[in-house]
Formats: sequence, C-alpha cells, structure tokens
Amino acid sequence: MSAPARPTAEPRWLRWLLIGSALLFLALNLALPLAAVFVEGLRKGLATYVAAISEPDAISALRLTLTVAAIAVPLNIVIGLAASWAIAKFDFRFKSVLVTLIDLPFSVSPVVSGLIYVLLFGLQGWFGAALRDHDIQVIFAVPGLVLATIFITFPFVARELIPLMEEQGRDEEEAALSLGASGLSTFWHVTLPNVRWGLLYGVLLCNARAMGEFGAVSVVSGHIRGRTNTLPLHIEILYNEYNFAAAFAVASLLAGLALVTLVLKSLLEWRFAEQLAGKSH
Amino acid sequence: MQRRRSIIPGFGLTMGITVFAVSVIVLIPLSAIFVTTAGMSFDEFVAAALSKRALSAYRLSFGAAAVAAAVNAVFGLLTAWVLVRYEFAGKRVVSALVDLPFALPTAVAGIALTALYAPNGWIGRWLVPLGVDIAFTPRGVVVALIFVGLPFVVRTVEPVLADLGADVEEAAATLGASRWQTFVHVILPAIAPALVTGCALAFARAVGEYGSVIFIAGNMPFRSEIAPLLIVVQLEQFNTAGATAIAATMLVISFALLFAINMLQVWQRRLRAV
Repeated sequence: MSAPARPTAEPRWLRWLLIGSALLFLALNLALPLAAVFVEGLRKGLATYVAAISEPDAISALRLTLTVAAIAVPLNIVIGLAASWAIAKFDFRFKSVLVTLIDLPFSVSPVVSGLIYVLLFGLQGWFGAALRDHDIQVIFAVPGLVLATIFITFPFVARELIPLMEEQGRDEEEAALSLGASGLSTFWHVTLPNVRWGLLYGVLLCNARAMGEFGAVSVVSGHIRGRTNTLPLHIEILYNEYNFAAAFAVASLLAGLALVTLVLKSLLEWRFAEQLAGKSH
Repeated sequence: MQRRRSIIPGFGLTMGITVFAVSVIVLIPLSAIFVTTAGMSFDEFVAAALSKRALSAYRLSFGAAAVAAAVNAVFGLLTAWVLVRYEFAGKRVVSALVDLPFALPTAVAGIALTALYAPNGWIGRWLVPLGVDIAFTPRGVVVALIFVGLPFVVRTVEPVLADLGADVEEAAATLGASRWQTFVHVILPAIAPALVTGCALAFARAVGEYGSVIFIAGNMPFRSEIAPLLIVVQLEQFNTAGATAIAATMLVISFALLFAINMLQVWQRRLRAV
C-alpha cells in the first residue's frame, strides 16, 4: 500500500528501518532465549528429554510446584476479591496507604521475600523455638515455600481487580440490593460476572509467578531433593551438576507454561479489552 | 463529603480479611527485617551492610540496573513506537512476546541466556573471539537485566503514545517542523514522564532481581556478585544478621524508589489530564 507521503508520517525507508531494528532486538532479546530452552532441552534426543522430565525427582518437583500454586492462588483470589470489594465499594481513610501496602511485595527483592520468613520461622527466628517444641517445620519445608509464594504473588489479583471495580462503580450493586437481593447474591450475580475476565487475567499472572518463583523459594527451601524442590529449584540443581540437557528439558515445561499464559493473556486482551482494568483505551 | 452510609454490605468482613492478610503476609514479615536490624549494634550493622564486598555488590546491582534501564529506554521506546504506529505481519505475536519476561520463570530465563552467551553458546561463540566476553562478567548481569526490564518500559509508554493526538504533530508539520524536530520537541516531551516511569519500574525490578542473573553472572565476589546473591551467600554461611543488614539496606533503597515512582506516576497523570 503506497499512501501519498503525509507530513506526519515517516518516510517508507525509515519506517522499515525502525520496524526492522525493533524486531531484531526482540528476536535477540526474547525469541532467541525462548528457542534456546527447547533446542537445548532436545539436544541429546527425545529419549533423554523424556527421561529427564519423568524421573522421580522431576515428578516430585512438579507435584510440589502444583501443590504450592494450588494453595497460594486460591488464597490470593479470596484476599484479592475481599480487598477490591472493601476498597472499591466503600470510602474510608488511608485507602491509598492500604493499596500501597498491597502492592509492596512487588518492590521487594525475591531473596528478601524469602529471608523474612527465615527471620520469623527459622531455628533462631522469632517463632523458631516455639515451632521446634511442637515439632512443626516451616523453613526447609513445604509451609515455608507456600508462605514465600503467597508473599510474592500477593498483589497480582488485587491490583487487577481494584481499578476494575472502581471503574464500574457501585450503581449496579445498589440497584440489586434495593430490589431485595441479598449481599451475597449481589456479589455472586452482579459483581463477579462484571469482573470475571479481569479476575481471570489476574489469576493467570498470579499462577505463572507462583509456579515459576525462584529466588524467594530458594531461600526457604533448603534444596532437599524429592522433598522441598520445586521445578525452578530442580532446574538449578540439574544445571549446577552440569546436567544441561536435563535442566533445559525441565525448563521447557515451565517455558511451555509461560507460552500458554501469554496466549491466554493475549486472548483476554483482544476479546475482552473493555472488561479489563485500564485496557479499554 | 460526610460519610454516607452505603447500603452495600460486607465492609466489616472484607475489610477484616484485607487488613488481616496485609498484616500477616506483608507487614509483620517485613517488619522482622527492621526489628532484627534494630537489635544489632551500630558497628555490627556497618560491618555487615557496608563491608567492601557489600559495597561492590550494591555498585554492581545498581550500576547494571541503571545501564539496563538506559538500554531499555531506547529499545523499549522503539518497540512501543513500532507497535503503536506501524502495521506489519505478525504484530500481534510480537506484542504478546513482549510480555515474555513477565511470564517466563527467572531461572529458565537465566539458564537460557547463559546458553546463548557462554563462550561456546549460540551468540557467545561469535562474540568471544572478538574479545567481547558477556557470560560470567558484569556485562552478563546487564544482559539479564535488559531481558527482565523490557516489558515495563514498553507497557508504560505504549498507552501514552497511543493516546497522543495527531493534531499536535500536524500543527508542528504545518509550521514547518521536520519529522525529527517534531519527535524531539513535540512527541518526546509528551511521553517523557511515561518513559521515565517505565525505566524507574524496570530499574526497581532489576535491582532486586536474582534468578535470571545468577546463572550468567559468574558470581565472583568484588566483581560479578549482585547484592541479592550476597544475601543468599551470608545465609548459607549461617550469618543471618549479616544477610538481614544487607536486606535492610536494599529495602530502604527500594522503598525510596517506590516513593519516587509513585510521585512520577502522579506527575504523569497530571500531565495527561491537561
């Protein structure tokens, strides 16, 4: 298409130069690393690949990753819905302070996110002695992994829902309530359908982070093979043992999860742009 | 406004859950860092948080994050520009791919980048003979942080660029400005707040980044050891106090950054509202 040159359009050669350099940069910086995961994973052949992802340690790492996400994500959904309801449907003082506190985990280094639970529940931690007396282990055990993951993923659902519910206002809920609907059925039949795509969007990102978190869980896990290793930690162990093909094979599972997340996220953005916060314009 | 009693129920319940969750999950755990630090003597704190090794780790973490943010300012703006202004085949796929660093676990990104830039890697084998070592040097840290930070810049600049009215550019052209002059004097000032905010977000994330960096960095003390790694090293040596002192230093800096970013966003909103 050769439109006549408009004074506010770049000349054709410049346009293609810009597109070309952007694509080259993205190819080098994003596409190539992604491709490397799959190519390196399959380098020693399909048999090695299958063996790497089906050995007992990999399976137990996968199971642990799924368990941690299965606890952290639903909890974050409940908290996110509660927080957005309280913040969007009511006026109160210090609202912006509360929102900042909810967002806070995003600005904390993953390593520090793990460290705080060591300070609380580690052997010399605040609750360390009490836990030991009751024979409860949090650090170097599954509860620690879950806690660190909840901390890291805490803002995802809430920060998607709060602006969305604020945008939608309170009229529909007030209408339903004045027509005699109960609070719960108002939430269930009015609010939830209005925010479902935004909720799904937040859950997607929350889940991707929960399953892929490395730094925070690395600090609290203790790296006990077959017991406290999640998939990302299992990758690190394999890699440090110079078992590169196996490390990349397991990594390709997580890269696959990332791709699925991206596809679903993009579908939501294209189909339901108006029903996602801040993405309607 | 006087507090009007809302007919919407559930304030007590939802507020209760929220405050409880924020306290138990965020506030109490984070306060542990500062309470533990407060229990240390001043000399003890300085010895741990401001040791030579810690100082060179901060220098690397903040320096590499700054360089990566600068690179992302250029290429993030370029990417946002191309995605907003031009049509080309596969644009939707490219746009989805920009978010890859948000979705890809950091450990996976770390080993993938190392596979590319190691001396026998896909890119490294061409660069190392030219004398450009990237993996296992501070340059490797920068490469990883560029990867991690890119979507922050693109996603912050994109909506502002898309909102920019054609009329100002047309006016500039009518008045005889060249395309470059229009870009520098009309477009760039309008998107500058968003660009700065995006870079600040990328910088804040990069400073604390761990997983994508440690595989490619080489992790040599005083040379390619980032601050989060030093915290882990201290913990592995059962020096919890030392780890906490470094963490407290980094947290204070992160919170200062967070505050600055919030101010930037207020500034940006005010400019957009005009």
